[in-house]
Amino acid sequence: MRIVVSLKPVPDLKHWNRLELDPKTKTLVRKGIPGAINPLDRHALEAALRLREKHGGEVVILSMAPEDSRPVLKEALAMGADRAVLLSDPAFAGSDTLGTAYALSVALERLEGVDLVLCGDQTVDGGTAQVSAQLAEFLGIPNLMHVSGIEATDGAAWLVRCQMEHGYITVEIKPPMVLSVTRDVGQPRYVTLMNILEADAKEIQVWSAKDLPMRESWIGLAGSPTQMGDLFVPEKKGSAEMLAGTPAEQAAQLADRLHRLGFC
Amino acid sequence: MDFKFSDREELLRKTVREYAEKEIPPYMETMEETGEFPTELLKSMGQMGILGVITSPEYGGTGMGHLARIIVLEELGRVCPAIPMALQVHHMCTYALGTWGNEDQKKKYLPPLAKGETMGAVAVTEPSGGSDVAGMQSAATLDGDKYILNGRKCFITNAHTADTWVVIARTSEGGKGLSAFIVEKGFPGAKVGRKENKVGLRGANTGELAFNNCEVPKKNLLGNEGDGMTIAIRDIVECGRPGMASVALGILCAVMEQAVKFANERTLYGKSITKLQAIQWYLAEILSDLEISRLLTYRVGWMLDQKMSPHAESALSKQFACEAAARSARKAIEIHGSYGIMKEYPVQRLLRDALVTIPAGGTAEIAKLVLARQAMTTYG
Repeated sequence: MRIVVSLKPVPDLKHWNRLELDPKTKTLVRKGIPGAINPLDRHALEAALRLREKHGGEVVILSMAPEDSRPVLKEALAMGADRAVLLSDPAFAGSDTLGTAYALSVALERLEGVDLVLCGDQTVDGGTAQVSAQLAEFLGIPNLMHVSGIEATDGAAWLVRCQMEHGYITVEIKPPMVLSVTRDVGQPRYVTLMNILEADAKEIQVWSAKDLPMRESWIGLAGSPTQMGDLFVPEKKGSAEMLAGTPAEQAAQLADRLHRLGFC
Repeated sequence: MDFKFSDREELLRKTVREYAEKEIPPYMETMEETGEFPTELLKSMGQMGILGVITSPEYGGTGMGHLARIIVLEELGRVCPAIPMALQVHHMCTYALGTWGNEDQKKKYLPPLAKGETMGAVAVTEPSGGSDVAGMQSAATLDGDKYILNGRKCFITNAHTADTWVVIARTSEGGKGLSAFIVEKGFPGAKVGRKENKVGLRGANTGELAFNNCEVPKKNLLGNEGDGMTIAIRDIVECGRPGMASVALGILCAVMEQAVKFANERTLYGKSITKLQAIQWYLAEILSDLEISRLLTYRVGWMLDQKMSPHAESALSKQFACEAAARSARKAIEIHGSYGIMKEYPVQRLLRDALVTIPAGGTAEIAKLVLARQAMTTYG
């Protein structure tokens, strides 16, 4: 079984107080902010490792990011992935979800024999939750989202549990497929010191746009139909009004205000 | 000179920080109240590889080295300094066994110590004092295929939690008359004595060991007869002092974070107290102490990994970092005002923890003696 985990390096949540928006490009200024594995992608990797432990095979990390993201991929390798492929090229810069999904899909075709592609349900920086569905569409294979459980069987249909608004459904589905997972799919394991040493021997392959049969007009800014209208940090506004009267009168006034504001 | 950590070291720091932040806090309140080390953590710390960080992979460790050990202890200490206090002494035991143990001893004792199945301690200090190693009273006499050990050891970290003790005792007269023994908790005549009630590092167990005609198999002599002084001094210099400095680094890091957090939240005269120069100076001084201590301590780790002897550097890092931790914790309390001496705020505990690091593992005065000798040798 070959499982590919599509993993995104994102700014480390612990340094988000240092993050700023570039007013011109409408993007996050990531320089100087340590990277981390997107939190839900860690859960996706954990699910992949558990499947490999049960059924054997290989877990490959696939990521599209600048070269300085290597330490993030190294962490994924230390968690237990067998190898990593990093798509890194200035030509990819500015790709929106569609451009990203296209580039990843071309890389996945190059990887061959992939039974399962796992993603986190969404990222903490973009938060669009679109790449997994777009990726499946490019590859022409099924996609399920909000996955909280995966039961693989050899040769037969797998049972995949998906969270719904008021419960869950279990879907019978045959690989290959793209699944995007919630945190319920499995608590990520700790990286041990021995894992860190083992990761030194694992390979990170870097593929540029030219290494793959890509349509250049489908990647980067040219291949990205999304146009950012505006992006800004909301201004913090706050005011306080003291209610007067007895506790009962204050409660009545409060209920009235809340009612008028549409809360009840 | 390259002051940048490798990707491997950065990942190590991140990994241990994640582990420490998640696994240790649930135990901290109980540790503070009872003075007990949470031995339940040993299994997961063994699985993480923390316990065997300087033990060769051949004997179940990771062999990541001394700089890695300092990073590990610092990160654990940032969350709870009592944990690395206990572990640094555990490491002293593994270091002594790994450096001076024969093949049989290493095969028998190191794997369970690395896995967390057993815990280690080193017993040098006696009621008459720890600084005068040559003056120790505990004695061992060879009787057939065993040594008969008599004496008392005090202020021993992990005394009640450890299973494997490296004990220094006299086998003949004079400075070269000391020997080291591997003593198991269950050996006939070996007993744990009183449990100390310390003001700080409360979760690291400290106590007394008593040997009353304790029977130690001859094969448990570590090194040769007469090696005891060398083993004790080198274990202290190469493992104990950098270990204590690392505990202090953890405290300094926590102190810095708590000081900045409180200063950011606290307003006076309608503005954050970070706008006040008095507070800014405190923050600058704490940061200076943290960074200087880091440089001194990391250098010792690097030297050890290069197989260099850091005799004076080790004393300097220990003495400076431990005193820096105490004065910085005091400054953090000043920033907190009256809140700083309330049990709800961690800075009061950090000061108590820092005070304990100063005499532990060798007093500041002994460290200064080493430094004075170094000064006279180098600049005389």
